[in-house]
Amino acid sequence: MAANLSLKATPPLDVEAVRRDFPILATKVHGYPLVYLDSAASSQRALPVLRAVQEYETHSHANVHRGVHALSQAATAAFEGARERVRRFINAASVKEIIFVRGTTEGINLVAQAYARPRFRAGDEILITGLEHHANIVPWQMVCEQTGASLRVAPINRRGEVPFDEFLSRLGPRTRLVAFAHVSNALGTVLPVKRMVEAAHAHGAVVLIDGAQAVPHAHVDVRALGADFYTVSGHKMYAPTGIGVLYGRQELLAAMPPWQGGGDMILTVSFEKTTYNELPAKFEAGTPNISGAVGLAAAMDYLERLGIDAVAAHEQRLLELATAELARLPDIELIGTAAHKAAVLSFTMKGVHAHDLGTILDAEGVAVRTGHHCAMPVMTFFGLPATARASFGCYNTEEDVKALVSALRRARGVFA
Amino acid sequence: MDLKELYRDVILDHNRHPRNFGPLEGANHQAEGNNPLCGDRLILTVRLNGERIEDIRFEGRGCAISTASASLMTEAVKGRDRASARQLFDKMHALLTQPDGAPDPSLGKLAALSGVREFPARVKCASLCWHTLNAALASEQAATVSTE
Repeated sequence: MAANLSLKATPPLDVEAVRRDFPILATKVHGYPLVYLDSAASSQRALPVLRAVQEYETHSHANVHRGVHALSQAATAAFEGARERVRRFINAASVKEIIFVRGTTEGINLVAQAYARPRFRAGDEILITGLEHHANIVPWQMVCEQTGASLRVAPINRRGEVPFDEFLSRLGPRTRLVAFAHVSNALGTVLPVKRMVEAAHAHGAVVLIDGAQAVPHAHVDVRALGADFYTVSGHKMYAPTGIGVLYGRQELLAAMPPWQGGGDMILTVSFEKTTYNELPAKFEAGTPNISGAVGLAAAMDYLERLGIDAVAAHEQRLLELATAELARLPDIELIGTAAHKAAVLSFTMKGVHAHDLGTILDAEGVAVRTGHHCAMPVMTFFGLPATARASFGCYNTEEDVKALVSALRRARGVFA
Repeated sequence: MDLKELYRDVILDHNRHPRNFGPLEGANHQAEGNNPLCGDRLILTVRLNGERIEDIRFEGRGCAISTASASLMTEAVKGRDRASARQLFDKMHALLTQPDGAPDPSLGKLAALSGVREFPARVKCASLCWHTLNAALASEQAATVSTE
């Protein structure tokens, strides 16, 4: 990935071997081989992930934390083993800091409702940036409505970067919480998160980082970053949907009230008084997504086996190639040209709406996302209703870039 | 998948040169249509004289299918009365959603949109303007729209 995310010298990725781990890539679409360039929306699942889920469901499933019988213990061991796997993957200090949630969206909502809402008052400020996904905008707007706090936005520039001085100038004594993406889903921009965290902390604010687009592509060390909260979605990192992680510093999580009530999050219940369970169970009401957690742990094993540096280096090569190829096409404009980018290319073709581009590309088996990418303020900033977005994962190849370019030439022909 | 079925010449022409595009002076009915999936936005302005659609124009941004569909629709309903426009809505709905069969001959140029049937993700693009027209014509009391 980019300079502020570690990228060490590493042997190249054996992409053909990787592709054999993703059977869906053999799919034919309208008679063409599938060219999957939509991993930023949702990645595909690796066979080891699918096998781990099947193994768990076939041989180890029961409810967790509830029984003395063998299967319940096996399920608990699998679930808690997954939690430890996640802890190591992001280098959290303790498994008490790893809360399983449905995904990044739920993680952000949890912090909004259980951290921000009980504490914030009129006059307090929440700072976000101009490139956020709706999931990192709307939960804060809801908290502002509920508490009277106000939302401030550090703007982006025409390259899709958040200028650091603009960010700094919006921090102040009233800033209570700062929330930003590690990597922009719509533009690919990699934010200088460590500097941003340090600046926010210098003003006494707590920091949440939306890591949905970062974790599949780079080493994330939550302690090195200094993050107070960090959120992850499984399905963007080759794991199933419906599972994700909220990391929170133990001291903060311990001081927060529960978010949802139910089973597993209590120690004792009577009609007069209920006492809450300890971390992390306090934030995991109800039977969790056990097989999802198992799949997420398997995906983390898989990524580490490939070598996340090798994956990052591979994706950067594809990004450079695709950026150069698209620049040679007439009438294509790249939206998002930050100095530090992940392998995401948002673009428009002159005179052709993104939705039409998406259909024409799909007719040749090329899957891209079209629309506002759940980042309507970004589209408004660039004066666009929509863009097409090609995003790359560990299984993409130079041939995929060629197929994209060829399909774009065809689109130009249709709308000549 | 035959892209030529979707992007017929009539559609490409109406996308490039949309008819009845821009605000309508003296409009008394208006509705806005949004397709949140793709960010398409359409504003229809209509001047109804009694039951008759005396004039109709549209504004907004959308894909080729939604732009051409709106352009073709304004041509097709101008001069019709409300009941006749609603009949046309029903015929378009059938054209866009029913699997096969020859288009109703009374649809005229609108039949060019029949290729959309093969592209289920695009049916909403073609039907957005028609739903917006229904909304614009629905209010019995003519809402006066200031165009100043």
